[in-house]
Amino acid sequence: MAEFSLPKNSQVLPGKRVEAAAGAKRARNIRVYRYDPDSGENPRLDTYEIDLDKCGPMVLDAIIYIKNEIDPTLTFRRSCREGICGSCAMNIDGTNTLACTKATESVKGDVKIYPLPHMPVHKDLVPDLTHFYAQYASIKPWLQTDTAPPPDRERLQSKEDREKLDGLYECILCACCSTSCPSYWWNSDRYLGPAILLQAYRWLIDSRDEATGDRLDNLEDPFRLYRCHTIMNCAKTCPKNLNPAQAIAEVKKMMLTRTL
Amino acid sequence: MSRSKPLSPHLQIYRPQLTSVLSITHRATGVFLSAGTALLVYWLASIASGPECYAAAQRILETTLAQIVLVGWTWAFFYHLCNGLRHLAWDAGYGFELKTAYRSGYIVIASSLFLTGLIWGCILAQTGGAA
Repeated sequence: MAEFSLPKNSQVLPGKRVEAAAGAKRARNIRVYRYDPDSGENPRLDTYEIDLDKCGPMVLDAIIYIKNEIDPTLTFRRSCREGICGSCAMNIDGTNTLACTKATESVKGDVKIYPLPHMPVHKDLVPDLTHFYAQYASIKPWLQTDTAPPPDRERLQSKEDREKLDGLYECILCACCSTSCPSYWWNSDRYLGPAILLQAYRWLIDSRDEATGDRLDNLEDPFRLYRCHTIMNCAKTCPKNLNPAQAIAEVKKMMLTRTL
Repeated sequence: MSRSKPLSPHLQIYRPQLTSVLSITHRATGVFLSAGTALLVYWLASIASGPECYAAAQRILETTLAQIVLVGWTWAFFYHLCNGLRHLAWDAGYGFELKTAYRSGYIVIASSLFLTGLIWGCILAQTGGAA
């Protein structure tokens, strides 16, 4: 059931403020959601004033600077720093994106950073993605076949069939889209959400996959698939410029056409 | 650590944008239209119940407050209609490009306002200002 306000233990309190060193030319307030599971206290919003001349151009550079130079306890995920691993997905300036590809200068005023929305928080900017990954596993994201592969080569695909995977295979499962979706906020216990449904479609239209019927059966459910109300927040926020809403619409169309 | 994990902020911090605002407006106008149907039933029932009842209903519906509700109801109707057509196109698999979705969104807003203005313009022209 949808709950629009935050539970008592989740309300964000005002935090501390750290001033930049004197003489900073491009001082900027970076406001970061902090939660320490060991303290027993509520989350808070800390403000770090930093000199943008002292760090790289991206928001990820800014929070790495904070971790290295100001507060080593600041916790976040990051790995590739080039938008291919999806680790540093977070809510920056009100929308979900990857900290490594978001320029700090593209934000006007204070840079507000929160964890991905409506998720349980382990610590600071690290959300618990266990359920998200379990949902991914539930769609069996691998090639399923009944027939044996040709003895002398791989399962081949025509150029046209391969092109059907464009706009789908690029998904890095960063969870930006799913956690931008109000439907997913209110019903993530049963609704699969845009990222997982885009992945489901990626296997549904793979010409080599032979489990299309089973896959559709699994999605034929008022919640798993049909909680998508075409809000389009997913496509708006995707850092890879993919379109989960369109993929979901294609799945709905497949549901319909298979009954005709 | 008996404490359960906090839930990260969502509605409180997510930037309102055309996509989500038009979507929630679609739902809100739907609810408002359903509620307004009761008003329509009341008006029709008053006609069936004889001239005195109808006159009483008319007096209520001619108050400024009722007129504002009626204008709002008309707009809700046209918004829901136009955005419903937008959803119809989506369900058929068209208009998902982000640019197209934004353009169609603005068209829905403009046409719902235009149609509301048009119909109330006609009403005012027919009744000479005293609706």
